[in-house]
Amino acid sequence: MQTDAAITVLVPTPLRRFTGGESKVMLTGSNVAEVLDALDAAHPGIGERLRDDTGQLRRFVNVFVNGQNVRDGDGVDTRLSAGDEVGIIPAMAGGAGV
Amino acid sequence: MKSGGSPTPPADVFRLPDEMRSAIVDHAVRDAPRECCGIIAGRDGVPLQLYETRNVAAGNRFYEIDPAQLIDLEFRELPAQGTEIVAIYHSHPESQAYPSATDVELAFWPDAVFLICSLARRDRPEIRGFRIRDAAIHEVTLSP
Repeated sequence: MQTDAAITVLVPTPLRRFTGGESKVMLTGSNVAEVLDALDAAHPGIGERLRDDTGQLRRFVNVFVNGQNVRDGDGVDTRLSAGDEVGIIPAMAGGAGV
Repeated sequence: MKSGGSPTPPADVFRLPDEMRSAIVDHAVRDAPRECCGIIAGRDGVPLQLYETRNVAAGNRFYEIDPAQLIDLEFRELPAQGTEIVAIYHSHPESQAYPSATDVELAFWPDAVFLICSLARRDRPEIRGFRIRDAAIHEVTLSP
């Protein structure tokens, strides 16, 4: 039987309005997708800012586990262990464009 | 860096010290024809320190701050300094200092002032500041 791990989620400034101003939220989950599900359950509305209808991370949202970008690994399927730190960071991007 | 000794200005005014203005122009000129980018950290809207960041976007007409650098600033460096992101800057090497459609579409940090440095006139670089919230652009007055 799987025991869900206690995970620290780091919430960036633009999304703290969903968490009552909190920059850190403690949740459980065995992978990134489960933790993001738990985050949205605890703070409704934040989830749609992070993932699209298929459950994948939005193009301009990055998630890091212990400092590693999950895009370089298994994405939202990245496995988590107790004590892991999941950091969420929206892109700072733009430019003159085409 | 200059620290804030004067009262916090009204919300529609952003204080951009001359040395930060010069640093942004220098960064823009150095990185041209690519766009440069960076952030300004501060307290209570008062700028205290400028951080140049890596632009990981492809091409010369886009910027994206290296997310690994950004996450370190947001969750480690700035909290350790007791500061937060008060402004985001980037350059438009060939176009005006005004938010493009891309800038508006990708404005995910509504509490920050967006500073844009235009090099369209190389002899007279121009920096203007904006708040971009819910796709609406509001210019802020920049004061030294």
